Amino acid sequence: MTINEIQDELIADFSFFEDWMSKYEYIIQLGKELPLIDGQYKTDQYLIKGCQSKVWLHADFRDGLIHFTADSDAIITKGLVSLMVKVLSGHSPEEIADSDLYFIDQIGLKEHLSTTRANGLLSMVKQMKLYAIALKKG
Amino acid sequence: MSKIYPIDSIRQDFPILRREVNGSPLVYLDNGATTQKPQMVIDAISDYYTGINSNIHRGVHHLSQLATDAYEVSRAKISQFIGAAHDHEIIMTSGTTGGINLVAHSYGNEFVHEGDEILISEMEHHSNIVPWQLLCAAKGAKLRVIPMDERGVLDMEAFQLMLNEKTKLVAITYVSNSLGTINPVRGVISKAHAMGVPVLLDAAQAVHHIALNVQELDVDFLVFSGHKMYGPTGIGVLYGKENWLNAMPPYQGGGDMIKQVTFEKTTFNELPFKFEAGTPNIEAGICLGSAIDYIQSIGLDAIAAYENDLLNYATESLLTIDGLRIIGTAPEKSGVISFLLGDIHPYDVGVICDKLGVAVRTGHHCTQPVMDKLGIPGTVRASFAMYNTREDVDALIAALQKASQMLQ
Repeated sequence: MTINEIQDELIADFSFFEDWMSKYEYIIQLGKELPLIDGQYKTDQYLIKGCQSKVWLHADFRDGLIHFTADSDAIITKGLVSLMVKVLSGHSPEEIADSDLYFIDQIGLKEHLSTTRANGLLSMVKQMKLYAIALKKG
Repeated sequence: MSKIYPIDSIRQDFPILRREVNGSPLVYLDNGATTQKPQMVIDAISDYYTGINSNIHRGVHHLSQLATDAYEVSRAKISQFIGAAHDHEIIMTSGTTGGINLVAHSYGNEFVHEGDEILISEMEHHSNIVPWQLLCAAKGAKLRVIPMDERGVLDMEAFQLMLNEKTKLVAITYVSNSLGTINPVRGVISKAHAMGVPVLLDAAQAVHHIALNVQELDVDFLVFSGHKMYGPTGIGVLYGKENWLNAMPPYQGGGDMIKQVTFEKTTFNELPFKFEAGTPNIEAGICLGSAIDYIQSIGLDAIAAYENDLLNYATESLLTIDGLRIIGTAPEKSGVISFLLGDIHPYDVGVICDKLGVAVRTGHHCTQPVMDKLGIPGTVRASFAMYNTREDVDALIAALQKASQMLQ
């Protein structure tokens, strides 16, 4: 699936939730299910500092595709991290670098990407794109 | 209390309390970050721009006279509010941070030298740490930290031992913004003065909760912010004893702070103008006076008694929640309760509370060393103001129970 096909599928999934609570319960569930990042990458080198919650991100480049694994110490952030990984992981550097992440807005979670939230998520998206841009040039 | 506290009319005076957030009535418990404004202050801001806006201390024209008078009347109100001996001991700043930086630069330049020591406490806000670090780095001086115990109580014995002939200033918070501890400031001041050391008090979390008198405290410098005491943002106060302020060089250069300027030499204006370079935040300066009028119309002692009762009610209610741990258990507290809900990250708790219309602060509250010492990523903080109610506390408890259920 392309990045946009995955985004469209998520938008469709989220449209079934009738209220904020079921939406957040789903995000919390995703957070609990996110495969943990390999312990060796849960270090300061891979840490993206938010003011409040921490996010660790590791990128692996195999067969022309970037594979992301990530983690967070806050469960809601982790659920949102899981969505980002789901959308961007396993694609080529070109696709990731050029992607437009419209799904966040459409599923009503835009507030989590605002700078005041300070949850590390916005920096994580930037970092994911920076990896892609670097590999694209290389 | 001899008189019934007029909570209903107070709540009517704060229009923002009638709004909803995420479909629920707003429950505002982030007063430690900033307080809401009464209609009286909001009207005063509008009245200033509608009626008398002009630059102060400069023009001979009518509007400038009116604005200058209003600004100086406000200064006198502030002076009376904290019991200063002279109105010119009240320096208008941009806020608490601005006041601390002024003292760090100006006092620091004159009185702090290589090998000297500045004492702060372990529970300081970053704004009462970083300016002193910068000063110490520039001067080759040493910043020393008075420890606290795990309850958030200052170690007075350690403090006594740390005071010595190299100590040039003690800078300490009156009330901790992250733990709520009321520090024994009288003891701190008397011990410091016994060694001839001046004391700066950060009263940002105190001045609207606890009636204080700078002369009775005998404090040398006291700083606070307008926006945390129902006034506008962008205005704050540095109180300094006249003899210290006169002995200190100016901080910033510019208009209003000079007497005479030639290219060879400038002579400086008198207090308080020596420390007030440039056009100040005139509107906020005037309207801080309105905020003080409002506080005094209720009475700070009545507010303090009401808030203490509410803090006790909140503490008891929070402790009924399974797995909830209060961070900061000093016997004397004011305005603030920090806590953790089981192993749940404070950020997650804050998000769920927000969805239910309850505004709390989460994170390290600009006191990272406190969180590091306690080995926690941060806390959830509920902080109270004169307009909060037991119903607000009940709404917080309900939100926390929901958060606990969703996140465990």
